[in-house]
Amino acid sequence: MILGLYNYWVVVVLMMIGFYIVIAHGNLIKKIVGLSIFQTAVFIFYISIAKVDDATAPILEEGISKYSNPLPHVLILTAIVVGIATVALGLALAVRLNEAYGSIEEESIQNQDNQEC
Amino acid sequence: MLTHLPALAVIIPLLSAPLCLFLRRPLLAWLFTVIASGLTMLVSITLLQQVMASGTIVYEMGGWRPPWGIEYRVDRLNAYLLLIVTSISTVVLLAANTSIEKEIPRHRLTLFYVLYLLSLAGLLGVVTTGDAFNVFVFLEISSLAAYSLIALGEDRRALWAAYQYLIMGTIGATFILIGIGLLYQMTGTLNMDDLSRRLPEVSQTRTVFAAFAFIIVGVCLKVALFPLHRWLPNAYAYAPSIVTAFLAATSTKVAVYLLIRFTFSIFGISFSFTTVPLQTIFVILGLTGIFAASTTAIFQKNVKHLFAYSSVAQIGYMIVGYSISTTMGLMATLLHLFNHALMKGALFLALGAVMYRIGSVRLEQFQGLGRQMPFTMAAIVAGGLSLIGVPLTVGFVSKWYLVLAALENGWWPVAVLILLGSLLAIVYVWRIVETAYFNEPPAGRESIEEAPLGFLVPVWMLVSANIYFGMDTRLSVQVAEAASQALFGVSP
Amino acid sequence: MRDLFAVIMMTGIFGLLSASFFVAMDAVDVAFTEASVGAGIATLLMLTAVTLTGRSEDSERHKPMWALVVVFTTGGLLIYGTLDMPYFGFAEAPVHQHVAPRYIYDSMQETGLPNIVTSVLASYRGFDTLGEVVVIFTAGMGVLALLRVERRPGIDQIMADSIFYLMHERHLILRIVTKMLLPFILLFALYVQFHGDFGPGGGFQAGVIFAAGIILYAMVFGLNTARYVVNRTFVRSLSAIGVLLYGGVGVVSMLLGGNFLDYDVLADSPVAGQHLGILLIELGVGLTVAAVMVIIFFNFCGRRDLP
Repeated sequence: MILGLYNYWVVVVLMMIGFYIVIAHGNLIKKIVGLSIFQTAVFIFYISIAKVDDATAPILEEGISKYSNPLPHVLILTAIVVGIATVALGLALAVRLNEAYGSIEEESIQNQDNQEC
Repeated sequence: MLTHLPALAVIIPLLSAPLCLFLRRPLLAWLFTVIASGLTMLVSITLLQQVMASGTIVYEMGGWRPPWGIEYRVDRLNAYLLLIVTSISTVVLLAANTSIEKEIPRHRLTLFYVLYLLSLAGLLGVVTTGDAFNVFVFLEISSLAAYSLIALGEDRRALWAAYQYLIMGTIGATFILIGIGLLYQMTGTLNMDDLSRRLPEVSQTRTVFAAFAFIIVGVCLKVALFPLHRWLPNAYAYAPSIVTAFLAATSTKVAVYLLIRFTFSIFGISFSFTTVPLQTIFVILGLTGIFAASTTAIFQKNVKHLFAYSSVAQIGYMIVGYSISTTMGLMATLLHLFNHALMKGALFLALGAVMYRIGSVRLEQFQGLGRQMPFTMAAIVAGGLSLIGVPLTVGFVSKWYLVLAALENGWWPVAVLILLGSLLAIVYVWRIVETAYFNEPPAGRESIEEAPLGFLVPVWMLVSANIYFGMDTRLSVQVAEAASQALFGVSP
Repeated sequence: MRDLFAVIMMTGIFGLLSASFFVAMDAVDVAFTEASVGAGIATLLMLTAVTLTGRSEDSERHKPMWALVVVFTTGGLLIYGTLDMPYFGFAEAPVHQHVAPRYIYDSMQETGLPNIVTSVLASYRGFDTLGEVVVIFTAGMGVLALLRVERRPGIDQIMADSIFYLMHERHLILRIVTKMLLPFILLFALYVQFHGDFGPGGGFQAGVIFAAGIILYAMVFGLNTARYVVNRTFVRSLSAIGVLLYGGVGVVSMLLGGNFLDYDVLADSPVAGQHLGILLIELGVGLTVAAVMVIIFFNFCGRRDLP
């Protein structure tokens, strides 16, 4: 029982590390790093679903009858692209924020905004 | 070509976006975008007629039968949503050319239209698709475009708002992705229709429960349901006016649609409302949202902020109607989706006109505007009355059905609270009216003129829709009722 | 860790490790993509962003307790959710029963491609992939809208002088090696592009590798030389053309009487049609991805020398 789910638990721990970085850290770049770790962990989770014991990669070859499930692979290929798109946009925003506020720390930006109001 | 309509509704804006990139002159890009959006609107009108006449339309992408391929499935609910999104988008776009010339630097105008079309295509894709993973992909198209559009605002706070929205939005999307993964793991399918048939078998497992929780939380982040609404006010307040009008009227509506689709169609009513205490949680969150957000709205100094908080409150009404979970309650929510889109579209567009003339929407700048910009201010007042729920406006219709639904269920305290919430709306709308009509214009701003026709026409189109659908409720009520009955499995 | 440079390098290593993990779990295509994206492009972009924003982090963290509560609740919920899951690698799990077998057993007859991932990606779920291309296109447009610098006369010269000055003058060996390597990188990209039907690879990976080649060139020879070679307007158009090519295939199949993206009708026999359709859309994916990656990188770098 424990061995059968072990893989998923590792993935959950990884996800939560990423998630913690996103919400607890104030540095804009680090938040994005956290986001990308969070997402990568979700990718690993999907790929784990697809794995079949003793099977091989889903590229048809003669003499092989057991393949891992190709569908999650396809979904994750798409999700990786979505992930990099988000990271690129987030970093672009961080760069612009740094130019506008002179800082990439959440607190400092928030303080400057509060003073303006 | 008629059989391809469901695909066309998404493909037209989706492929217009890259084409638009080749148009260097802003005027051309604008015309092109208006035409693309208008065409999509025609497509969705035809779709709605077809669906109302002959029932659900299914379209197989790539010719592969579902669940192997991706299918588009248009029933009454999504046809209704398609109509809301495309018509608001088209009317809002009419004002775009005038509005953004003052708010966005010239060399970014073409990119603005490209992103606008992408955002529209993403929203429509989310609404039309019948595949759970496809929802995620199109949600991200619309969200990424929305983040960029918001960041185009002049104020540097627009950047900060966009960044916060990006973080929250991506967390939401990733939660949805986790939820879909768990569902797929338990059922082996991604097709919504197929999911709804295979889920009951495994619905008592802890995995499906976790999937449900993740999807609901993820979608609620996108809905901006209290207390997950923190990204919304700033995003609406600092985005370019056109973007605010478009997003406020459409994007949260699409998220509410997702909530309805996932709970009613995929997980099924009995699972969503009996296995999980969703009803109690949502009624409480909805009502707290109404009161907390309306109270915050009263104290805002920036009118865009004020209406943004009011949006959060209105989402509260939708959620209350939704969690009553009767045909009547759901119908009230669906009506409010439509009506709120009309109100907020009109209000934010009118604010865009104020922005155009004065360059600011802070409350103290509204002094004397009642005389200086009579038509714009009249539009804001009409929208405000609709927001309060005065008879003869659309706001009245949806509140009426909401209260009826609450009473029908015997929830009279909820009905009373809904009415009390409207009192708060009177207070914040009154603050604007008071400032605009009972004050002299500040020194140095005596020569403000009425907004140009480019604004007044679309604003008043929306305002008259507010009044027309407030009096002649046949279309909206009929469609909302049919959609709601279909979701509850009652044949009309 | 306070030094963002170190943080990003660690993230890159994490990307590479997860890529090798994907190989271990039979997902070769995904591993290929993760290696080029997670360990490659993402790391590169983060580094470029850090050179613009500074590499140190403040020590403050806000509301760590609150964050921990949220994280433990979500994590707990997930662990709770795992309890009823089928075991890892269990062949009888529902995932492997319902939809997937058709892909594995029939895709050869239906699309004629040995790489199942490619046939699912490009044909069965081709519409998702169109969405994916549009996502990356959206990101490109977003970055362009946020970071594009209007060209002013004279600024090109300033950039040329400052940006990669050191690289330019000193690293002779690096420059020669790059020059020798570059044709092979681009060639490899083309191989990955067109061999994706048979082995791991395809438009997305090829696009990233192609872009990596150009980015390498820009890093070593200076952004301006690279811009001289790769025209910006051209790259912009290319990113749109990729999406249009993909969508165009769909529209053509619609006009020929099939559904959107139904490649069966493109040629005389369904399998030949599938072949042609998949080839074309993979090309569209490759074009857009390569163009957008170049756009993103150039615009990040172009931001460096703003006054």
